[in-house]
Amino acid sequence: MPLIGGGAPLLLWAIISYSGAFANAFFPTPVQILQAGAKLLSDGVLIGDILASSGRVLFGFLAAAIVSIPIGLLMGTFHTMEGLFSPVVGSVRYMPVAAFVPLVMIWFGYDEPAKVLIVFLGIVLYNTTMIVDAVRKIPNEILNAAYTLGVSRPILLFQVIFPAALPSILDTMRTNIAGAWNFLILAEVIAAKQGLGFRIIQSQRYVDTDKVLFCICVIGLIGLLTDYALRKLAIALTPWSEHS
Amino acid sequence: MSLSLDFVNNPLAGRFWGSATSAMTELSLHPPGAAGSKFPAPPPPEELPDKLCVQKISKIFDYQSQPLTVLQDVDLSLKSNEFVCLVGASGCGKSTLLNIVAGLTAPTSGRILVDQEEVTGPGSDRGMVFQAYSLFPWLTVAKNIEFGLKLQKLSKRERRERIAYYLEVVGLSRFANAFPKQLSGGMKQRAAIARALANEPEVLLMDEPFGALDAQTKEQLQLFMREMWERTHTTILMVTHDVEEAIFLSSRVAVMEAHPGRIKESVEIELPEHRELEMKSEVSFIQLKRRITTMLGHG
Repeated sequence: MPLIGGGAPLLLWAIISYSGAFANAFFPTPVQILQAGAKLLSDGVLIGDILASSGRVLFGFLAAAIVSIPIGLLMGTFHTMEGLFSPVVGSVRYMPVAAFVPLVMIWFGYDEPAKVLIVFLGIVLYNTTMIVDAVRKIPNEILNAAYTLGVSRPILLFQVIFPAALPSILDTMRTNIAGAWNFLILAEVIAAKQGLGFRIIQSQRYVDTDKVLFCICVIGLIGLLTDYALRKLAIALTPWSEHS
Repeated sequence: MSLSLDFVNNPLAGRFWGSATSAMTELSLHPPGAAGSKFPAPPPPEELPDKLCVQKISKIFDYQSQPLTVLQDVDLSLKSNEFVCLVGASGCGKSTLLNIVAGLTAPTSGRILVDQEEVTGPGSDRGMVFQAYSLFPWLTVAKNIEFGLKLQKLSKRERRERIAYYLEVVGLSRFANAFPKQLSGGMKQRAAIARALANEPEVLLMDEPFGALDAQTKEQLQLFMREMWERTHTTILMVTHDVEEAIFLSSRVAVMEAHPGRIKESVEIELPEHRELEMKSEVSFIQLKRRITTMLGHG
């Protein structure tokens, strides 16, 4: 079935593009797309673009994880911490991150930190709210059992709440790395000298539709690989959990 | 901003009232290694002071901004080595009472004494077995048992001995390294019982521990629990809605009535010390069952 599900759209694409109904400059054939990719590779830009974009996503994503995991755990666990953070987390979450992009550019310029920051801003609040939810969903029996075994609060946080929420935290990370790519492309489309988003915008200027499509496919492929890797990581880190 | 550590998820919400670490003066169970003498006779209960004492406990909840009295002036005491079952219709507040004894819910008024000392808040002197889902899924069975032992700062050797001993007691030695998700419902409950017992609490509290199991597993575990008590004579307070289960397991059944919840009557179970499942169909057993059921029915 996955073969049909994946093959059918590709076949449809091939039929339309080879039929000549649209000019190939706008609707390139699969072979042309691959040739465009080969060209990008031989020009020596493809690897650099992939590394630049992946690096930005990686740093933004890691920074968001490092900030959101402790804050989410604290907010989910302590009323006072929720009171402290929820005005920011609750309200800023509804402001579109795209609207912050110009501000980030004004404050931080056009260099690497600005792009990493946009990725970070894009996902950090989603991460946090999702982790708060994960903590809230820990069954009461688990916490009460820990209490009757004699835990203190720090031990409860580190040795019960954290491991109990870990599977959901890892799920959250997997869901939000897709978001990280969204925000990266947004940042690169606006200002960059390198990266897959930059390559897409530049190709658009020269109506290199085949290159645009190739770069989109590369992003999709990286997404698939990351998802697979994170799933494996989740299974390795939480072998005790029910994995679908 | 005051950083009072009030847990969102915790019914205590900010009231970590006193540390309930009444010193464990004596072990109510055999220490590991003394497993040879399997069925020691318990000391006669009359001569011992109360192990657990529930004094005039009341609990009033806010229900749709109306005060709702769930428990009113509940008095109950357990002698050392007693196995008492608390039965009552659903909604009579028996689980609330157990949670108050465990220190997981604060009473509106009244006191809980363990070994004549007042306890507030949860502590390892009162171990608890829940209806289900209370094992830590991220720890193996052995590590689940070890969790409380580490908190008590037992040495590695002592921990290893106790784990091995209690795994053997509940018949899960072969599953020491299994994760909870790999166990059946009955095995999970046995592991949870082992974890609570390994902490060697003064009193073991059980909240409908077999309520989520199928009939056959339930009977097996009843038999197991009774044998375990015959072996260890831990002081146990167990909540159940199953009258037959209560009679089979306990030395005394406390019958609760509802609205407001209080202890209506205590029924001594004068069945032989050693019990078999067949006893459930004996005349004396059925008479007891009818008597208690009548008390529950015509509250």
